Amino acid sequence: MIELNPMVIFFAAIFTNNMIFSNFLGMCSYIAVSKEIPTALGLGQAVTFVLACTTIINYLVYYYVLVPLNLEYLRFIVFIISIAAFVQLLEMVVERYLPNLYYALGIFLPLITVNCAILGVSLFMIIRKYNFLQSIGFSIGSGIGWTLAIVALAGIRQKLKRASIPKGLEGAGISLIITGLMALAFVGFSGIVQIQ
Amino acid sequence: MDSPKKIFKMGVIKDNPVIVQIIGICSALAVTNLMMNSLIMGVGLMFVTGLSSFTVSLIRNYTPKHIRMMVQVLIIAAYVIIVDIFLQAYMPEMSKALGPYVGLIITNCIIMGRAEAYAQQNPPILSFLDGVASGLGYTIVLLMIAFVRELFGFGTIFGIKVLGDWWTPWTIMIMPPAAFFLLAIIIWVSNTIQEKNKDVKKGEVAK
Repeated sequence: MIELNPMVIFFAAIFTNNMIFSNFLGMCSYIAVSKEIPTALGLGQAVTFVLACTTIINYLVYYYVLVPLNLEYLRFIVFIISIAAFVQLLEMVVERYLPNLYYALGIFLPLITVNCAILGVSLFMIIRKYNFLQSIGFSIGSGIGWTLAIVALAGIRQKLKRASIPKGLEGAGISLIITGLMALAFVGFSGIVQIQ
Repeated sequence: MDSPKKIFKMGVIKDNPVIVQIIGICSALAVTNLMMNSLIMGVGLMFVTGLSSFTVSLIRNYTPKHIRMMVQVLIIAAYVIIVDIFLQAYMPEMSKALGPYVGLIITNCIIMGRAEAYAQQNPPILSFLDGVASGLGYTIVLLMIAFVRELFGFGTIFGIKVLGDWWTPWTIMIMPPAAFFLLAIIIWVSNTIQEKNKDVKKGEVAK
């Protein structure tokens, strides 16, 4: 396998291998929390931050604890615990020291534990055998890519409020169609860089 | 007491997790380019949902209330590990194709949702059936999407050639956008049908 530059992975994670448009990760909150741009942006920032931190933690735990002990098969449990614990800890710290930030991000934090993008990035990191720097590039890129997608969808949905949509398509249906169209647009990036 | 028939009707049709509640769609979209993948994924999910609902319900009276989420996640993760190891041992090819999505069953909201909404209040056997019913509803939707994507994208069904050599595969069908469009169409159709049923019922009452 060719050693990829972390920067390449970073941009690939935003554009060509976007979490939403090519890996379908984090769809639940993507559809549910994309009605307004500010909330979408807030959730995106929280996801990016948690993603970067948990990926680093999981990397260290996996390669320095689980691999030496031959306990790789426990990775699902360990990853989900470390994500849940980190989010809980973050919530307490932010509430105590940064009340402003807490009011902005607080409501999203519990949502993040069950966001499959977070666990997904950790699992992709293991499957694709990224090294430490590559993992950091991948996690931050994925977070930014995810934010980009949810903010774009929220922007379009705000405009759609005044559109007349067939009754059965309202809500989730139309969001999925818009996402499909955006995914088609993102296919246009696919020649630039490729990671797999 | 809910009868098993009613539970299945709720899980598969009325409260179908994917098209009515719009949850658990990450993996629903990701694995549906081949029917075989979708089937394995669906069976895996049914196994995990059924057994984790069963276990959650079994210990529901002994679980302290405020750590129940954590307990549920651990139970689910344990079953997912079983599925993952089973796939690695007996179907290594499939395990590779599904990649991280097997592990992502843990964060599939369907399982947590059923554990929280149903298994917390109901006896084990019924919870098990409820979990299996939701899993079945999920599997059926997955197979519907996969059927269209595989048929048009590769000209095959379960890997068997159906459309002859004259068929030009639609590359779009195996790319991500098609998954979004197809799911949207399925949701549209099911919403329209349910809306109609509601109208019919309302009309009867009015008479």
